[in-house]
Amino acid sequence: MIGADDIPVIPRGVRMQFDRVRERWVLLAPERTVALDEIGRAILSEIDGERSFGQITAGLAAKYAAPQEEIAEDSRGFLGALIDRRFVEVRR
Amino acid sequence: MSINPPIAMLAELTHRCPLSCPYCSNPVELTRRDAELDTATWADVFRQAADLGVLQLHLSGGEPVSRRDLVDLVVAAREAGLYTNLITSGIGLTEKRLTELDAAGLDHIQLSLQGTDAEMADRIGGYRGGFARKMDVARWIGEIGFPLTLNAVLHRQNLHQLPRAIEMAVEMGARRIEVATVQFHGWALLSRDALMPTREQAREADAIVAEARARLKGTLVIDYVPADYHSDYPKRCMGGWGTTGLNVAPDGLVLPCHAAQTIPTLHFDNVREKRLREIWYEGAAFNAFRGTEWMQEPCRSCERREVDFGGCRCQAMALVGDAAATDPVCIKSPHHGELQERADAFAAGEAGFTARAAAG
Repeated sequence: MIGADDIPVIPRGVRMQFDRVRERWVLLAPERTVALDEIGRAILSEIDGERSFGQITAGLAAKYAAPQEEIAEDSRGFLGALIDRRFVEVRR
Repeated sequence: MSINPPIAMLAELTHRCPLSCPYCSNPVELTRRDAELDTATWADVFRQAADLGVLQLHLSGGEPVSRRDLVDLVVAAREAGLYTNLITSGIGLTEKRLTELDAAGLDHIQLSLQGTDAEMADRIGGYRGGFARKMDVARWIGEIGFPLTLNAVLHRQNLHQLPRAIEMAVEMGARRIEVATVQFHGWALLSRDALMPTREQAREADAIVAEARARLKGTLVIDYVPADYHSDYPKRCMGGWGTTGLNVAPDGLVLPCHAAQTIPTLHFDNVREKRLREIWYEGAAFNAFRGTEWMQEPCRSCERREVDFGGCRCQAMALVGDAAATDPVCIKSPHHGELQERADAFAAGEAGFTARAAAG
């Protein structure tokens, strides 16, 4: 499970792209496509390979005026599923 | 019935290939080099595909590396906005060419594995020295940093190598391995006696995959296609006919799946004559088995009819002689019992396999 000090990284071969035909954002990965909702896109947009998970969720909490713990919990579940599929990696 | 746009396109750039794997998914009637689409036509097809909604492009063959214009095709695909995947045996790839593909923006490589040692791999692929070349290519892929998927086709002769194949994927730094039990279409159908896994092997593979998935969670993703002759329900072939993906053959024919030409009643359109959009939405072959209207019993009233769409149309054609029949893999098919008996008989066969021919 991703911790506050861990740094999430979007590895080579995974990228966000606007799907202009279906008018939505998607995460493109090796032979897989994940449709993103607004929250998913917001979380992934914050990943820059430098900031820790804690810094990212603090930033999102400020931006959306929501409790950080709530944001962290949602983000942990979302990123956890992507980490299991190797669409996101973690630097510790 | 509403028709969704396709997500994925398999571009079979050529049927030429240095290997001669007996389970090749190409049709038994191979397309000659002089009938292949040229660079500009493929580039136009990629743009049409992106406009239609395709996000994932798989460059395949035959051996796509046999196309001298492969780097240009990758550039065209990326310019069209497509996620570009190269499906290759590695034979014909040099370190220099991989570096060029990297610069062209190739997103991902899927490398096939015919066996986990030279003796097995070179015998199955029919190419001496192929395994050693492949190991070089795997190393270069890792050094450049391409995301890698290993693709192992399993059959009776190499199924015992599955644990080692999974280990090799981890050692190569692959994020994913596709473990696919051989599907019996085209060439593989000619060698069913030599390739059919036994029921015990099929169950063993299930167990190996389940154990490895748990142990390697977060390290290696394992996609698994079980032995369907030994299953109770058929696979949801192509994610549903005409719902998710399309194939373009080397000569420009557009197919709902790679084996669709084994269904003699279907008519296929060609990108040389029609736009891809028209072919997808209005083409007779794509509409032939969309939805559930075409179904017979027991599919028509089955609660699983939109789970697996009656299984594989090409398999129904090959085994029952009717492309609209229930895939006989299904326990509800009246031909299921007979299929299982035949599968066991094939698995006990002693024949050698028929190597794929070379494309002219």
